Amino acid sequence: MRVLVQEAPFDLAEETARFAKGEGGSGAIVTFTGVVRDNGAGTLSAMEIEHYPGMTEKALCEIAEQAMARFELQDALVIHRYGRLVPGEQIMMVASAARHRRSAFEAAEFLMDYLKSRAPFWKREITAEGEAWVAAKDEDEAALERW
Amino acid sequence: MDVLYFAWVRERIGLPREQVESQATTVAELIEELRGREERYALAFSDLTALRVAVDQELTDFDAPLQGAREVAFFPPMTGG
Repeated sequence: MRVLVQEAPFDLAEETARFAKGEGGSGAIVTFTGVVRDNGAGTLSAMEIEHYPGMTEKALCEIAEQAMARFELQDALVIHRYGRLVPGEQIMMVASAARHRRSAFEAAEFLMDYLKSRAPFWKREITAEGEAWVAAKDEDEAALERW
Repeated sequence: MDVLYFAWVRERIGLPREQVESQATTVAELIEELRGREERYALAFSDLTALRVAVDQELTDFDAPLQGAREVAFFPPMTGG
């Protein structure tokens, strides 16, 4: 299991290859990558991500440990960036390795659902019109009820 | 104890963290003390449904006890991913 919180970009292909090499017993590897999306108006110049150093690492480790146990994973990876990112940049990735596909897919969704509203990150959108904190969505909170 | 603020809570209060001497036994009591300080605190803590709290880096509720707590953090609902 690996959890990284970093400002620097990560290399998706390299991380995926390293993760896939790790476990011989896994029949299934799922990766998900989050990318900074432009807003509807196409005016987003940057996304700033603030986090709570210390708690972030702890929260992500707990979420990954839960996923490991619940879906009987062989391995799990979480990388989440903070700082200033521009549209098109990768914000984060999760990867899960399990014996079978269903567990690997479900674990990746579980990791995403939890890190969206239980890991201490806050996003701020910088546009030509000004700056605003991104509000949490009710549907993100509701997504946790599935688990 | 150390009290930390993040995102718009930090902006409204104007500080990322501060040392607070408090007799509060719960998070709710600490909030009452902070609200009484100045307008900017009253404003930041005016709607608790818009706030979350962590005690010693664990998410918790407003009625959580503070005995032995070293670090209390206030922030809006998280928006990771």
